[in-house]
Amino acid sequence: MPEPHITVNGLSRPLVALPAHTNALDFLRGLGLTGAKEGCAEGECGACAVLVARPDGPRSRWVPVNACLVPALALDGQEVLTAEGLGEPDHLHPVQTELAERGGSQCGYCTPGFACSMAAEYYRPDRDKDPDGFDLHAIAGNLCRCTGYRPIRDAAQALGPPTPADPLAERQDRPAPAAAPTRVTGFARPADLAEALALLAEHPDATVVAGSTDWGVEANLRGSRASYVVAVDRLPELRGLSTDGVIEIGAGLTLSEVESALGDTVPLLAQVWPLFASRLIRNGATIGGNLATASPIGDLAPALLALDASLVLASVDGDREVGLADFFTGYRETVLRPGELIRAVRVSTPLAAQTTFRKIAKRRYDDISSVAVAASLDVVDGTVARARIGLGGVAATPIRALATEALLEGRSWTPETVEAAAVALAAEGTPIGDQRASAAYRSAMLGNALRGWWAETEGRVATGADR
Amino acid sequence: MSSLSQRPDDAVVGLALPHESAALHVTGHALYTDDLVHRTPRVLHAHPVCSPHAHARVTHLDASPALAVEGVVRVLTVDDVPGVNDAGVKHDEPLFPEEVMFVGHAVCWVLGETLEAARLGAAAVQVDYEPLPAVVSLTEAIAQESFQGARPVVERGDVGSALAAAAHVFGGTTEMAGQEHFYLETHASLALVDEGGQVFVQSSTQHPTETQEIVAHVLGRASHDVTVQCLRMGGGFGGKEMQPHGFAAVAALGAILTGRPVRLRLNRTHDMTMTGKRHGFHATWRVGFDDGGLLLGLEATLTSDGGWSLDLSEPVLARALCHVDNSYWIPHVRLYGRVARTHKTSQTAFRGFGGPQGMLVIEDVIGRCAPLLGIDAADLRRRNFYVEGQATPYGQPVRHPDRVVAAWEQVVSAGDVVQRREEVSAFNATHPHTKRGLALTPVKFGIAFNFTSFNQAGALVHVYKDGSVLINHGGTEMGQGLHTKMLQVAATSLGIPLARVRLAPTRTDKVPNTSATAASSSADLNGGAVKDACDQITARLREVDAGRGLAWEDLVREAYFARVQLWAAGFHRTEGLHWDPVAMQGHPFKYFSYGVAAAEVEVDGFTGAYRTRRVDIVHDVGDSLSPLVDLGQVEGGFVQGVGWLTLEDLRWDESDGPGRGRLTTQSASTYKLPSLGELPDVLNVALLDHAHEDGAVYGSKAVGEPPLMLALSVREALREAAAAFGPAGTSVELASPATPEAVFWAVERVRSAVRSPAPSPAEAPAPAEA
Repeated sequence: MPEPHITVNGLSRPLVALPAHTNALDFLRGLGLTGAKEGCAEGECGACAVLVARPDGPRSRWVPVNACLVPALALDGQEVLTAEGLGEPDHLHPVQTELAERGGSQCGYCTPGFACSMAAEYYRPDRDKDPDGFDLHAIAGNLCRCTGYRPIRDAAQALGPPTPADPLAERQDRPAPAAAPTRVTGFARPADLAEALALLAEHPDATVVAGSTDWGVEANLRGSRASYVVAVDRLPELRGLSTDGVIEIGAGLTLSEVESALGDTVPLLAQVWPLFASRLIRNGATIGGNLATASPIGDLAPALLALDASLVLASVDGDREVGLADFFTGYRETVLRPGELIRAVRVSTPLAAQTTFRKIAKRRYDDISSVAVAASLDVVDGTVARARIGLGGVAATPIRALATEALLEGRSWTPETVEAAAVALAAEGTPIGDQRASAAYRSAMLGNALRGWWAETEGRVATGADR
Repeated sequence: MSSLSQRPDDAVVGLALPHESAALHVTGHALYTDDLVHRTPRVLHAHPVCSPHAHARVTHLDASPALAVEGVVRVLTVDDVPGVNDAGVKHDEPLFPEEVMFVGHAVCWVLGETLEAARLGAAAVQVDYEPLPAVVSLTEAIAQESFQGARPVVERGDVGSALAAAAHVFGGTTEMAGQEHFYLETHASLALVDEGGQVFVQSSTQHPTETQEIVAHVLGRASHDVTVQCLRMGGGFGGKEMQPHGFAAVAALGAILTGRPVRLRLNRTHDMTMTGKRHGFHATWRVGFDDGGLLLGLEATLTSDGGWSLDLSEPVLARALCHVDNSYWIPHVRLYGRVARTHKTSQTAFRGFGGPQGMLVIEDVIGRCAPLLGIDAADLRRRNFYVEGQATPYGQPVRHPDRVVAAWEQVVSAGDVVQRREEVSAFNATHPHTKRGLALTPVKFGIAFNFTSFNQAGALVHVYKDGSVLINHGGTEMGQGLHTKMLQVAATSLGIPLARVRLAPTRTDKVPNTSATAASSSADLNGGAVKDACDQITARLREVDAGRGLAWEDLVREAYFARVQLWAAGFHRTEGLHWDPVAMQGHPFKYFSYGVAAAEVEVDGFTGAYRTRRVDIVHDVGDSLSPLVDLGQVEGGFVQGVGWLTLEDLRWDESDGPGRGRLTTQSASTYKLPSLGELPDVLNVALLDHAHEDGAVYGSKAVGEPPLMLALSVREALREAAAAFGPAGTSVELASPATPEAVFWAVERVRSAVRSPAPSPAEAPAPAEA
């Protein structure tokens, strides 16, 4: 096994004697690179964004992630670019030119992170076929306190295509570095699932990380330290995706990868992605990791509950399948046993005809939900044949709205039914009041989710006219 | 036209240029204080031991367990302070407290070889506390009469008689939350001991001179023993005007005691829980109008939440009282002001410095009263504008009141406001669950430090023998583009290309006795000083040239050999200011900055969620020194104001539980700033034409703070949209910040008023006597 190292802006840099909790940001800054900054240390501000060469089929993609959340050791063998690697002050990269000339930097502290997020979108294949030219969601995970964003938006939208000779564009034509099996004190990246399960059996207290978007926050903000870290995000057995019959999604796929691979296959999930954290987080966070952390809010969990999803859990004893509704057992607790991993998420088909996802938060994008409501309905001849409603933010775990589902099933889909169901839904769960929202608001939002859905579709759900 | 404001033909000022450090920003090569750490050998890292109590006496402190932690080098306590144990200028902020006054208050600091060692050491320090009663909310403080500092009153005329005679009198309470600065760069200091015991502190500070003074008095040294440098800040917004001093002093103390460089950088949680914020305010008011909607009298009591110490609370309150009038003539006025003492962070300067809070009061009054008067709110605002010859309640004549009228009319016409209001009405008539609102609000903001003495600045300009120029001035760069403007001023004044001028970082050993980079005045003040220095050099060179028209480089070389001084110190003080802080009367401001915004929003009645569809702004920056910089200040200030008024929601634990007094929104995941999604779909900003300001550098005006208050238009538009869920004439009370939840409850109240009309809030009790 070669010595752990990262290729940073084209130069190989050894990862020497690092504890597992040392994040990539501190590692890069320790090299004397000042482009990546710490703004929040929890993946909310994007000031630390850097680019990583990730697989894209036989090619690769420059993918921006929050360097503050990723353990440096998790990038062993990978290629990383910082703002310094994009351009030099007297030879700016096109995104840097646009940002600089249009007044996109004031204090400049968030700017290198913006440059990295923008560069990733700049190099997105097929961007030229996108009617908008530049997907602004690409920079929604970067906060700026000075400019008010208008010049940054204009800079993004002014970007043309990369030139054919652009070496960073050319780099995407070649494969990304393979995941390097890593085994150092306190940290391991096993080569395959069998090795991972064996390691977990050997280290029952190990912390399992994938994108590390949750554990990274614990390590940075609350001083959480792991006795042993096992990275599972690049295990080949956790990275499959098939939509043949049952939809099966590998637990180690990032949310961005799932989003891209599924497209519009699951309309409910397509509604979730833009509202789920930010592109920077979705590039790191995996679908399995999001469920395993068992956040009581976890926008994905309510959606998957409404889709009646189940999880395939793997251990040295073999696989078992658990319905998602049975997976969560308490606040941040699940049925996962020591040594067990989520291998895949399964969604049965056919999918329900009508679905909606409603997220209530203070900020439109990149915020944590006060309440999340996901619903799927099959309406046959004007009657609700099947209803599944998943809720986040109203109990210690994501829950199904069982009473409301029962009320709906068998009734005709009318304003009266919606009103009765809205009243029932507002009484589901045990919402609390906290800094995000009052308990009364949370309850009101549950009921209004259905009223709003009805108003938006004006009852067309019944006829399937929206399909 | 004064010589200060006169602009030569081929001026470099007035060109739209990017930020002078833009190329360094975008490539990550621009250095901030904490970027120096990895260039500094043998640095120690500092970590605080923070109080878990809102108010408690420290009964015992044992640092020895920390010293047993591997890598811990020293624990700094009160016993180590050779000078004055105080981090402020009011002597009410002990650096190492015996009585902790808020959750997060640092009791002592641990120095370690690594940050991890310092953190673990801090966790090991044993502190025993005797908890004491704590006042947490502003309303608790008012009920318990927990106040601090001066209780100023601004008064004009006979408000009692005016209200007694008014055709319409209304009263109410207005509350508004504070705001976290959330500069992207948290507080940072790096201190080392230089040759001969000189202390050199790199600090992210808006006020290097005061940082120097506090470091010196903590160390028991003279100011000439301490040099403070600020390379640049990753945002300041007022949060680094007073707050950096104590951190710099801790780093300097550590450096003195260990002989090693000490780095103190707050992480975000520490920054949010330990440092001051914008003041929340509580106001009670009674207002009188005549039948035509003209304001006759206003009586109000404004109480700010000062937190645990005075800090800048008194001047913030003074500016709030001086901005309650906004752009409106109110003949009879009595405004009481007081600062509450609460067991929270010591609230401090924040862009606008009380002005926004004062203005919010009158805009809230007008927004709530307009429907009760049956007058459209925009019309009511327009009717009450100042006209030439009128003066503010504190006695300063309002010069150029026509500019707010010009800005208003330009916004109305360029923004198609008349037609769009019809479209809004049509939309609202056909959309039962979604409503739009369109509102216009004006801004009049006084420029200068209220405290007259602070309105001075210095500069140092060197012309080297090769003709290159290095300038230095007393202002600091926090992203506002001050350095860009100063380079343009120097190039203009010397008549040379911009590329020949370079600017060196702000240091107290270059320009002494500087004022804070604050009050929007830094371009006015430092620009005057830079120009003064350049003018001195130009005058000397003119003599050397003697009409020959030599090229710059030749002229400079010749001057050197003729033994002509090629460098100069410049100085500027703002003329014509006076202020009596006891009577609260005088002429505190050099001029007023004006602006008008029109905002259109759309509110979802099911959730209270909203988006801003379009904003049109016309803002007065005089003859702009640097239009791209000024545009950035207008837009950025506006969006930051929108954050304060709609999104940013500071919450403290006000329960009686063990977490009492804890800031519950202490991270980026719980405290939400505007992101790209909050940018209005359409944002049009124009700088007011024909806006020359006589008596200011090259005819320009200040720009840093005033645009923030343009965001009041969004709050008023939300009020109008909420009102549209009810019948015409519905007065809407809207909490601040107007989060989606707050808007939802406002809409619910409007709807419930339809179901069971409430009595009009006409006669209200008089405001509390201060």
